[in-house]
Amino acid sequence: MKQITTPVSDEAIRDLKVGDTVAISGMMVTGRDAAHKWMIDTFIKKTRQPQGDDLQVYEELKKLLKGSIIYHCGPVVTGLDTKDYKFIAAGPTTSIREEPYQADVMKHFNVKGVIGKGGMGAKTLKGCQETPGVYFHAIGGAASFLAQTVTKVHGVFKMEFGVPEAMWLIEVKEFPVVVTMDSHGGSQHAVIDDASKKVLDELLEKPY
Amino acid sequence: MPALEVPMRDLTNEILELIRRTSSSLPPDVEKRLRESIEKEEPGSAARGALETILKNIDLSRANSTPICQDTGTPIFQVHYPVGWSTIQLKAQIRAAMAEATKRSYMRPNAVDAIYDKNTGNNLGGDDFPYIHFEETESDELTIELMLKGGGCENVGRQYSLPENSLGAGRDLAGVRKVVLDAVQKAQGQGCAPGVLGVSIGGDRGSSYIKSKEVLFSEMGTRNEDPKLAELEERLTKESNEMGIGPMGFGGKTTVLDTKIVGLSRLPASYFVSVSYMCWAYRRRKLTVKDDEVIYD
Repeated sequence: MKQITTPVSDEAIRDLKVGDTVAISGMMVTGRDAAHKWMIDTFIKKTRQPQGDDLQVYEELKKLLKGSIIYHCGPVVTGLDTKDYKFIAAGPTTSIREEPYQADVMKHFNVKGVIGKGGMGAKTLKGCQETPGVYFHAIGGAASFLAQTVTKVHGVFKMEFGVPEAMWLIEVKEFPVVVTMDSHGGSQHAVIDDASKKVLDELLEKPY
Repeated sequence: MPALEVPMRDLTNEILELIRRTSSSLPPDVEKRLRESIEKEEPGSAARGALETILKNIDLSRANSTPICQDTGTPIFQVHYPVGWSTIQLKAQIRAAMAEATKRSYMRPNAVDAIYDKNTGNNLGGDDFPYIHFEETESDELTIELMLKGGGCENVGRQYSLPENSLGAGRDLAGVRKVVLDAVQKAQGQGCAPGVLGVSIGGDRGSSYIKSKEVLFSEMGTRNEDPKLAELEERLTKESNEMGIGPMGFGGKTTVLDTKIVGLSRLPASYFVSVSYMCWAYRRRKLTVKDDEVIYD
C-alpha cells in the first residue's frame, strides 16, 4: 500500500496509477452537492454575488485546498452543541453528482485529489490529467470504519448548508482508498462500464 | 372520544431502540450473505478488499452503536396494528423517536426542504418524512418494521414502461428480465454494490415503486410463491453477477446478492417495471409488541 500525505506534490500524483491502494494522511476538506454548486456559482462562474462570510471562507479555502483533497462525504457528527466535533460515521457519497463541477473546482483551487465512491466521468478524468489529480475510491457504506481514521475535526465552514453538506476541515491518518482514475487518463470505471455493457448485450440476445 | 385521548401504550422509547438497531446492526441474513460472497472474490483483489472492509465496518458499527453508513437514508416504516390502536398516536411516537434518534446521532439529519434547501436538522420533514405505512391487522400483535434506504442506491433505481424498444423488451417476463438487467448495468457500483434488487411488475407509477421497496422487507433468499417468478428471481441474480461489476464497481463476481419480485395488477394500457436497488447496507429491523412483551428481531 502506498502512503501519501497532504499537501501532495504533482510528482506524487503522477506516480499513482489505477489499481493502486493508498493510505492518505493529513488535512482534507469535505464537500459535496451544495458546496460544489456554491463554489462554482460564487467564485468560478460568478453567477451569484458573494454573501455573508463567503469571501472570507473563499480565502481560507484557497489556502486549505491547494495541493490537498476534497472528500465527498456527508458525515454524522457528534458534539454539535459544544462544537467539540467528532466524526462517528463518515463514508463517501456518490461522486457522479459533482461531475458538472469537479474538474473546474480542481483546476481553480489546485486540488490534487478527490475521494468519493462510484467514480466520475470524462470531464473529471480530463481534469485529473490537466491539474494533475487523481480520483480515490473509498469503500461506500463503511462509515464507522472510515470515521476511525479521522483523528481530528479542525473546524467547519458553511454550516448553513446543514451538517451533511457543510465543509468540514478534517485531519486523517491512513485513510484507505483505491485509485480508480489517474492523471494519465486511466479509469477503472470506464473499463468496467464497457466490459459489463458487452456482457449485457450478449444477455439481451439470449432467449428467455 | 378523540383519538389522542384514547389510552394507548407509549412506544417512543421502543421505537428509538428500533432505530438504533436498524442504523447500527445489520440483519444476520444480510451479513451471512456478505460473508459467503468473500470466498468468491480473488485473494488480494480490490473486490475482496472492499468486502473485507465492509465486514469490519459491520462489526464496528454494532459494537459502538454508530451508523453503519453515514447516509442513514430515508426512514421507511411499515406498521401492522391490531384493531383499536390509534395511528395518530403511533405516528406521533414514531416522529418523536426519530427526532430523539437524530439528537443521539443514530441518524444523520437527512430531511432537506426541496424548495428552500434547508435541512430541518431532526429528520422530520413534512407529513411524508419519515415515510410510514399503516395497515390494520386481525392479529393481536403490533409490528413495526423499519428500513433505512440510502440516497446513493435510491438514485440508481429505475422505472420502465414496457415495451422498451431500445432493449427489445416486450410486455412479458422476457421483457422484464431485459429491463432489470439494464438497470443493474446502468447502476454500476454507484448504488454501493453488492446490492439487492426489489422488482415490481405492474401497478401505476406510484404503487409500482412503493411495492418494489416493500418487497425488500422480506428476508434474504425468500422466493416468490409463483414458481415462474421464483425462477426469474434466481436467474436475475445469477445473470447480474455475470456482468462482472463487482463490489463497489471494482470488478468482480459479487454484484447482486438477491432479487425479490412482486407482481401487481396493472391497467390494460400500462406495463410498468420498477427496480429498487438496495445497497449492501441493507438495514431493516422489526419490533413486535405482544401483550406486555416487546420483542426485537
